[in-house]
Amino acid sequence: MALLELDGVSRVYEDLKALDGVSIAVEKGEWIAIMGPSGSGKSTLMNIVGCMDQPTGGRVLLDGRDISKVRGRELTEIRRSRIGLIFQQFHLIGYLNALENVMVAQYYHSMTDEKEAMAALERVGLAKRARHLPSQLSGGEQQRLCIARALINYPEIILADEPTGNLDGSNEEIVMELLHEMHRDGRTVIVVTHSPKVADHAQRVIVLEHGRLVDDRRNTERRE
Amino acid sequence: MLFRMVKKSILNQKERMLIIALTVALGVSLITALLDVMLDIGDRMNRELKVYGANILVTPRGATLLKSWYRIGDEGEDGGNEEIFAASDAKGPQEPASTDERSASGGPAGGDGSKDRADPGMYLKESELGRIKTIFWAFNIVDFAPYLKSRVASEDGTPLTFVGTWFRHRLVLPTMEEVDTGMVSLKSWWQLEGAWPEAGDQVALGRALAGRLGLAPGSALTLDGRRFAVSGVFEAGGPEDGWIYGELDALQELKGLEDALDSVEISALTTPDNELSRRAAEDPSSLSVKEMETWYCTAYASSICYQLEEVLSGAMARPVRQVAAAEGAILEKTKLLMVLVTVLTAASSALGISNLVTAGVIERSAEIALMKAIGAHGRQVAIPVIASILVSALAGTAVGYGLGVWFASVIGKTVFNAVIEPQLAVIPAVLALVALICLTGSIGAIRMLLSLQPAQVLHGGRQ
Ligand SMILES: Nc1ncnc2c1ncn2[C@@H]1O[C@H](COP(=O)(O)OP(=O)(O)OP(=O)(O)O)[C@@H](O)[C@H]1O
Ligand SMILES: [Mg+2]
Repeated sequence: MALLELDGVSRVYEDLKALDGVSIAVEKGEWIAIMGPSGSGKSTLMNIVGCMDQPTGGRVLLDGRDISKVRGRELTEIRRSRIGLIFQQFHLIGYLNALENVMVAQYYHSMTDEKEAMAALERVGLAKRARHLPSQLSGGEQQRLCIARALINYPEIILADEPTGNLDGSNEEIVMELLHEMHRDGRTVIVVTHSPKVADHAQRVIVLEHGRLVDDRRNTERRE
Repeated sequence: MLFRMVKKSILNQKERMLIIALTVALGVSLITALLDVMLDIGDRMNRELKVYGANILVTPRGATLLKSWYRIGDEGEDGGNEEIFAASDAKGPQEPASTDERSASGGPAGGDGSKDRADPGMYLKESELGRIKTIFWAFNIVDFAPYLKSRVASEDGTPLTFVGTWFRHRLVLPTMEEVDTGMVSLKSWWQLEGAWPEAGDQVALGRALAGRLGLAPGSALTLDGRRFAVSGVFEAGGPEDGWIYGELDALQELKGLEDALDSVEISALTTPDNELSRRAAEDPSSLSVKEMETWYCTAYASSICYQLEEVLSGAMARPVRQVAAAEGAILEKTKLLMVLVTVLTAASSALGISNLVTAGVIERSAEIALMKAIGAHGRQVAIPVIASILVSALAGTAVGYGLGVWFASVIGKTVFNAVIEPQLAVIPAVLALVALICLTGSIGAIRMLLSLQPAQVLHGGRQ
């Protein structure tokens, strides 16, 4: 059984079809890149997979369970226990320092553990910047912090929406290396990207256009 | 963690939180001042309203009966036919025609001195006065003064009206407590030149009489063959200006009327009349046991009268209605006004807070959506927001309370010329109001916050 299965998923905003009958099956431990032009529905798809939004049509099966009708508290529960999110804009809490930004995720998940949070920062190479505010970190550092936060609760699925969109080449490499580490740990990674270079790291590439799935192929020249 | 988040988010929004605290402080100071003034001045105002006269008049039942028999002849009477009524022991000329109107002058009731003093039913007993302070509503009795009125002869034989009373009297109650009462506090609006009598051989004269006799404070006069010193001359603006006021004991001795009184004026704090009290006043026996209990245990003028009649033998107590009703009504209206202002103040504070909190939530919507995205429940996101509002509201309350107490004292000094004590009861009332203000003020913002979708974070990046 696939870890995640989308079956004819649609998402309609008023009269705009952001997603239109998308069907994908994602196996556990797979690394998938989602590509497509701006406005093609990539983020919308991530929201649905990430349990932050519900489809207006079709089914979403997580471990065989239909979560497309699950709402509110229960959806939050699934999100916080199974999914780690990485954003293009980093989305850090400005008045909390790096360590606290990681601990917030622990707090909402279960309970805070400063040592563990510190270890997560170490893993992304930010141990020395633990007491700095996001505004005192570089873009690359902020994204690494965001990754540390996504990792802290050991999610099975990592969703990254344009994780390198705001980064320069060297930072992009650091982030991709971190994603590789997560993938090696057995996590399922789904990355939205415009960059073919980033997509090359994936085992499988899915292409959306106007909310429709137009391509779903194995990546034969995968970069390890 | 929660504590750290609340602390940091407050520090992060210092200005907004400061404005929330200020809004609350302003509202609280106004409300505290109003409530303090209302509670303190309510009492004070009642006392000040009292200057328009006593609101309960006690007379001997026998005399009252006679009076009502002669009531027919009372119409349009004035000082001219005083003799007739003196002789027949009807009510004095100083009194307006009906009980209801008597309030305005509030002078001593009862007949003049020449009536047949043999009948004990014609008098109240001075020795029973202490019982007034033992009735259920004793604490509502603010002041009272006994009167005995009699005719005395001047040196050349002219008949003059002499009223014996307590000016300032220390009364030892059956319970051994001491109470200071008397006419001076009851008639605080009378203008006095000189001093009120302090000994049995002193009298105070009404302005009109003093003018007629050519007397002033410091002179002396002979009444019924006894020398009296004039300690003061007063102006009451009523028939009292033609009378002589002296110590009750002195008059009783002069006339051989030990322990006798013909009226008592009582100033009491009363609850405005309603249907129940009106029915009870007409006939207490018409009430059911339960109604009777309610009536007896409410400070209606009529139930206080009833209780006075219970303790004073042969007494008939009547509310001097207009004043009693007016006092109650003015107080109720003032309180209503204060309550209205309080409600409006609370409402405007709530509005102000609503704006601030909503703006705060909008400003923080990205952060809130993010918190939800990384796994916070609605409640978990709302708590830090509410907590930070509460913290600033509490800080505002503390400052506002201090300010309010100060406002109240300033209002007291400038408006009422009185020292206003902070009322303890105000604190819980203010806290409850602040809670209500914050709750109603932030309810919209909290709902908005709860409905924020985490999905916004991903799209929100692009706006
Ligand atoms: N809340 C919303 N209400 C209405 N329309 C929306 C909403 N969110 C997204 N859309 C629309 O849905 C379509 C898909 O949006 P989505 O954010 O999924 O695009 P995307 O593929 O992520 O684009 P980009 O590469 O620019 O991030 C767009 O046309 C967008 O305008
Ligand atoms: Mg997008």
